[in-house]
Amino acid sequence: MARLTIPAQELMRSGHSACPGCGATLVMRYLLKGLGERTIVTVPACCWTVIATPFPTTALDVPMLDCAFEATGASISGLRAAADQLGLKDVTIVGFAGDGGTADIGLQALSGMLERRTDGIYLMYDNEAYMNTGVQRSGATPEGAWTTTTPVDEFSRGKLEPKKDIMAIIAAHNPPYAATVNVAFPEDFVKKVEKAKAIHGPRFFHALAPCPPGWRYSSEKTIEVARLATDTNVFPLYEIVDGVYHITRKLGVAKPVREYLQTQGRFSHLDDAEVAKIQAQVDARWKRLLALEGLA
Amino acid sequence: MEEDLPEAPIATTPSDVNHTASWRTFRPVIDLKLCTKCNVCWKFCPDDAIAFDGVGFPVIRLDYCKGCAICAEECKPKAITMVKED
Ligand SMILES: Cc1ncc(C[n+]2csc(CCOP(=O)(O)OP(=O)(O)O)c2C)c(N)n1
Ligand code: SF4
Ligand code: SF4
Ligand code: SF4
Ligand SMILES: [Mg+2]
Repeated sequence: MARLTIPAQELMRSGHSACPGCGATLVMRYLLKGLGERTIVTVPACCWTVIATPFPTTALDVPMLDCAFEATGASISGLRAAADQLGLKDVTIVGFAGDGGTADIGLQALSGMLERRTDGIYLMYDNEAYMNTGVQRSGATPEGAWTTTTPVDEFSRGKLEPKKDIMAIIAAHNPPYAATVNVAFPEDFVKKVEKAKAIHGPRFFHALAPCPPGWRYSSEKTIEVARLATDTNVFPLYEIVDGVYHITRKLGVAKPVREYLQTQGRFSHLDDAEVAKIQAQVDARWKRLLALEGLA
Repeated sequence: MEEDLPEAPIATTPSDVNHTASWRTFRPVIDLKLCTKCNVCWKFCPDDAIAFDGVGFPVIRLDYCKGCAICAEECKPKAITMVKED
């Protein structure tokens, strides 16, 4: 048998209730492979509460605490304090929340956790909308995307506003570690988690989590869509270690953004001018990221 | 410590008591003659529905496979075919 390139241990079980081909499910699977069994997870309202816990079952072989939608950061801080009181020094506390629960409603609690320097990990799995409640736009929905609240009809052409840059907000808190990860690159994903696990203080992951029903593509394309997101520079892979940027995947020449957009029904209405505008925005963000890396 | 906990629902039954085979319209069938034992299908399965046999070939755990077809799509030698369930 060929060598496994990621750890064999599964701490996420089968029989969960995610849609077929769910990217968010792979995010949890890889995260727990990197963290191991001495982990406590806290999850706010989002797809993952539903995925993990059709009562009385649980899909995780580690403890998982539900918290209120806006409270993940505070829940991490509370669990850390409780674990410390109990002398559970070797336990990693991790908050696992959606983009709505992080970039929008949970932003204040997240900022508090970062500012308090809580020794814990916060992961935002980004399916770029409020999926659990039926594909409403979030601050993390990209410009141009169709959602049920940014329709495509005679009055509207999808979301008008650009995607909120959560990594820049995180970077402003100067945590010891922050990174982007993508389910199409599990080795890079697990490596970053293992690295973060060994660091103390507040750590953050931004994980791309393609969603077949919400992004309007068929379930077998999850990895292909995710891979294209990075290889078109729409979702670059990088880490920020004590303020120093390092891009972890660089292609000689990135693919055209159109190749990514055309895999998904949520972008199918975009005309050439709209695609060109998105390409220009992606190019500008990539240039800025290269410049940030150059500051090292 | 448990007696200190406020009354709240606590789920302790592992989720794999739930079989999700009925979600499936197509099932993956592996042609072992084409399989290179690269483990890519295992790596990308969102349902932990791929295990290995004693000699390292992947085995689909059909009680759990939801038929998403990611494994078939990502298998480089095209060893996996999606076959319609009757
Ligand atoms: C205070 C509060 N407001 C609204 C809801 C309803 N709600 C549950 S999940 C959800 C969407 C969550 O979106 P996101 O955080 O992006 O996670 P996803 O469902 O996309 O995985 C909403 C609006 C709630 N549970 N609590
Ligand atoms: S709606 Fe999307 S994120 Fe939610 S379970 Fe389904 S595929 Fe996963
Ligand atoms: S991806 Fe294909 S070749 Fe690789 S182990 Fe799976 S079936 Fe075999
Ligand atoms: S079809 Fe999907 S759920 Fe079934 S084994 Fe393949 S990847 Fe896993
Ligand atoms: Mg979401």
